[in-house]
Formats: sequence, structure tokens, C-alpha cells
Amino acid sequence: MSGLDLGAPASRATGVSRFSRALPLPAGAGMARWVIARNAMAFRHGWVALVTGFAEPVFYLFSLGIGIGALVHSVRTDGGSEVPYAVFVAPALLASSAMNGAVMDSTFNVFFKLRYAKLYDSMLATPLGPRDIAVGEIGWALLRGALYSAAFLAVAALAGMVTSWWALLALPAAVLIGLAFAAIGMWATTFMTSWQHFDYITLAIQPMFLFSATFFPLSTYPEGIRWLVQATPLYHGVALERGLMLGEVGWALAGHTAYLVVLGVIGALGAARRIERLLLT
Amino acid sequence: MLVSARGLTKTFGDFVAVDGIDVEVRRGEAFGFLGPNGAGKSSTMRMIGCVSPATGGELRIFGQDPAVDGPAIRARLGSCPQADMLDEELTVQENLWIYGRYFGLTKAQTRKRATELLDFAQLTDRRGDKVEPLSGGMKRRLTIARSLINNPELLLLDEPTTGLDPQARHILWDRLFRLKRQGVTLIITTHYMDEAEQLCDRLVVMDHGRIVAEGSPRDLITRYSTREVVELRFDSDDHADHIDAVTGVAAASRVELLPDRLLVYTDDGDATSADLHARGVIPLSTLVRRSTLEDVFLHLTGRTLVD
Repeated sequence: MSGLDLGAPASRATGVSRFSRALPLPAGAGMARWVIARNAMAFRHGWVALVTGFAEPVFYLFSLGIGIGALVHSVRTDGGSEVPYAVFVAPALLASSAMNGAVMDSTFNVFFKLRYAKLYDSMLATPLGPRDIAVGEIGWALLRGALYSAAFLAVAALAGMVTSWWALLALPAAVLIGLAFAAIGMWATTFMTSWQHFDYITLAIQPMFLFSATFFPLSTYPEGIRWLVQATPLYHGVALERGLMLGEVGWALAGHTAYLVVLGVIGALGAARRIERLLLT
Repeated sequence: MLVSARGLTKTFGDFVAVDGIDVEVRRGEAFGFLGPNGAGKSSTMRMIGCVSPATGGELRIFGQDPAVDGPAIRARLGSCPQADMLDEELTVQENLWIYGRYFGLTKAQTRKRATELLDFAQLTDRRGDKVEPLSGGMKRRLTIARSLINNPELLLLDEPTTGLDPQARHILWDRLFRLKRQGVTLIITTHYMDEAEQLCDRLVVMDHGRIVAEGSPRDLITRYSTREVVELRFDSDDHADHIDAVTGVAAASRVELLPDRLLVYTDDGDATSADLHARGVIPLSTLVRRSTLEDVFLHLTGRTLVD
């Protein structure tokens, strides 16, 4: 307890907060990386979660690709090429697992930290602001998602289900899908007040997983409901991954990317705003 | 002046939690907010801690405005909320390590400081343990250690010993005394009068969002109470029946009625008891004690602090 001179971190925080006050953004000190560091620290005590997050999409890949692939020999994609079913379904599973991972992290984990552990209250007593928390939590969900996606891609490539060098971009694309879902998921979580509300998340995620042109091409849906499929975020994620992994690259991919970026930015701002409103009262 | 508030107000919808208070806290002192639950103490603390915007009035901490320089002020503050809010997914020392990083300290600074603080909080031998199984007193000490990681000039303690057993309270008080001797300014809220008397150089008594009195504990007792109090318990359902018999007894200036006893405020407890005996007033029990802040609060508000 001797009088240690630890310098003043205040000056840096002030500079950044001045800057952020000029923008219509929730306050932050540019220190989101420490929220990520905190999660990494906690994760070291529970690394087994990493294994399950990786295993699920791989199980799906082999069950669907090999099982259903034996019945359905080839599929005509919306891009017009004819590919084996496993090759068709692998990008969709990558997109879905990016979604699932991001949603898990940004809903269940964030809800617990927000309502029970009061983790964000103790963070807000430091120079950290609500924006640091939102950016940090979403960033962490992305890092974890990227790890799962990389492992999945490696397995898919080894199993011969990847046919184009464009597939290298499938990893950043998966991170982008994670961003969109983590941000929206975290925002939605700030409105939840009980564990029962998580049924709504399941209610949103499950139909999306099944009907976002995941397991069969968009052309098989009745014309009247195609627009509905195309409106969902996972559809854009699946279409983006499929375009890249099958090498069907066109301007449509830019559209899918833009959709996901917009969703991610809106979600992140919304989440930061809500944390501000909930905790800084 | 570390903290100064003028007409500070906090409302939640129609509810006025803090109703235009004026407060000044000087460097190096231990300053207390004493009052019952719901008096507005925690709302005031949250405003000083820059985690709750003031609804009205003026607030300056280190001469800065929380609405403008919140992060810069928080960098120089330590804050112990009423609930511990420790990171239960981390170990004891990890809680300190990561908290230091939130303040922008380097890894080396944080580790060095954490080692000192673990020693200060008497938690060195538990440093590798998870937080969850620690006792209430240990968790509170860890919370205080954590709030000291940035070497704050001002430490905010919201109900620091609520929920702790007597032994844990005394250990904690001892730690807080040490901090005070080292020159850390303390702001403490409490609804325990003994805590306020032990720890605070100066305090304000709050009730319904307002400040009803201000001064040192000794000061307040001299101003608002008598030197001694005689507590009388009678064998009856309604102690009001005995007020007449007690009124006007020797050396006494005032009688207060509580549900379970009468308090006779007097300058000489023994003379008062002797006179009561001479009058033939025979209570079940008679206790002569010194006046405390509890009596000040009772006099000012007509209510007891802890119901």
C-alpha cells in the first residue's frame, strides 16, 4: 500500500472520449480489447466449450454430407452449377455454425453477465464505457467464431468438399456473419428480463437454420415465399459462403456482404445504447 | 476540495431520490452519508462515481464535471458498490489483474500492485482460488482491493459492512483505517451508526433525499442529543402508558417512545435512574448508555435507522 506512482491513464481516456462525444455514439474509451482479454482469461478455465462449438458443425457435415449425400447425388445450385450434395451443404453449415456460435456467445453469456454477474456494472466503474463493452463482447464472439470456422474449413477441405481458391475468403465471410448475428443477438439480449425470453431466440434461429436455402437451393422454394427466405440474414450468410466456396463469384456477393455489415453496425450501436440506458441510470 | 455538490438532484420518473443536496468533501478526510435504506445515499454515491447522471444541480469531482469528463474522473476513483460484483469466472488474483487493465495500467504495474493488494486484503494464500467459495468478508476485502488497483485518490464505499458478521466487520474497519492513515479520502455510506462513529471524521445525516444535519459524530451528538440515555423496558404492550410517570424526572430533558422501550435523554443517567427509583417507577430493565448517532437520527427524523 505504499504510494505507488502509477501514472495517469486519464489523459488517454479523455482524448478518446472527446473524440467520441463529437460523434453520436455511446461513450467508450477505446479499451474494448480489455473486455476481450477478460473473456479470454475466463475461457482458459472453461476451454471444453471450445471443443463442443467445433464438433457440432462437423457432425452435421458428415451426417448430412455422407448420409443424405448417398441418397441425393447432385444438386443444381442457384448459381447454375451441378455439385455433389456434400459440397453444396458444407458452405451452409459453415454459415450456420458461425451464426450459432455468435448467437450463443452474445445472448446466453451476455445475459448472465448483464443480469446476474453484474460484470458490466463493475466495468463501467472504470474508465471503460458502454461502447467498449459492446465492441468487446461482439469482438470476442467473432474471435471464437473465427476459430470454429477455421477448424471447420480445414476439415471440409481435407474431406474434399472445397472446390475453389475463393474458399480462402470463406473465413472472413464467416467472421462477418458472426458480426451480424453477435451484434443483433447482444442487442436483443439487452431487452430480455428472464431466461424464458430465450425461447424467442430459438424461435428465430431454428426456422432460419432450416429454411435459409441451407439444405436445398432457393429455386426449390415456392415462388411466393422466396422473398421471405431472401429477407433473413442467414440466407445472405449462406449465399455468401456458398458463392465463395463454390467459386460462383459475382456482384450478388457484394450485396450479401453489405446486408451483413449494416446489420452488424446497427446491432452494435443498439447494444451499446441499451447498456448505457440500463446501467448508467 | 475533492467533491463539491450544489443543489444536487436525482429523480427516477416521479420519484425524487436525491432532493437538492449541498455537500463538500475535503482531501484526506473520511466522509459519511448516514441514513436509513431509501434515504438517497446510494443514488448520491452513484452520481459521485460517475455511473449515474445528475438530474439537476452541480457536481464537481476533482474540479471536473462528470457529464463531460466521466472516464477521466473514474480513472482516479475507486468504487466499492453495495453488491460485490466480483468476476466469479476468474480467480482472486485474475480479478485484480484484469481490473488494472481496465484502468489502462501496464501488465507490470498491475501485477506489482496486485501482489501488494493481496497482502493488504489478507488474501495472498487464496490468490489462485476461484472467487465463488470465498466467505462474505473475503469477497468484500477483495472488492476493496480491486477498487484500489488504480491507486485512487478517492475511495467510495457503499454500505461496506452490510451483511458481514461482527468479526469480519472489525477486520474491514481496520483495513479502512489503514487506508485513511495513508491519505486516501474515503466516502462511506452506511445505515450503521457505530460504523459512522468509528470511521467518519465528518458526516451528513440523510432522510428522504435531503440532508437533515451535518458535522462530526461528536458534534452532532452534542448538538442534537444529551450526554446520556436511559433505556427503560416495561412489562406492558404499550410503552406509551408509562410516559407520564417518567416525564419530568431529574436531569432529563426529553423522552422518546419506541415500540419496545422508552428512551430518557439526560445529562446524568445515574441521577435519572435514582430519581425514577425514588418515584417508584420499576421497569423490567434499565440501561444507562452514552448517546450515539442513532439518537441524533431519532431526534431529527422521529424514526430509528434500522427497522
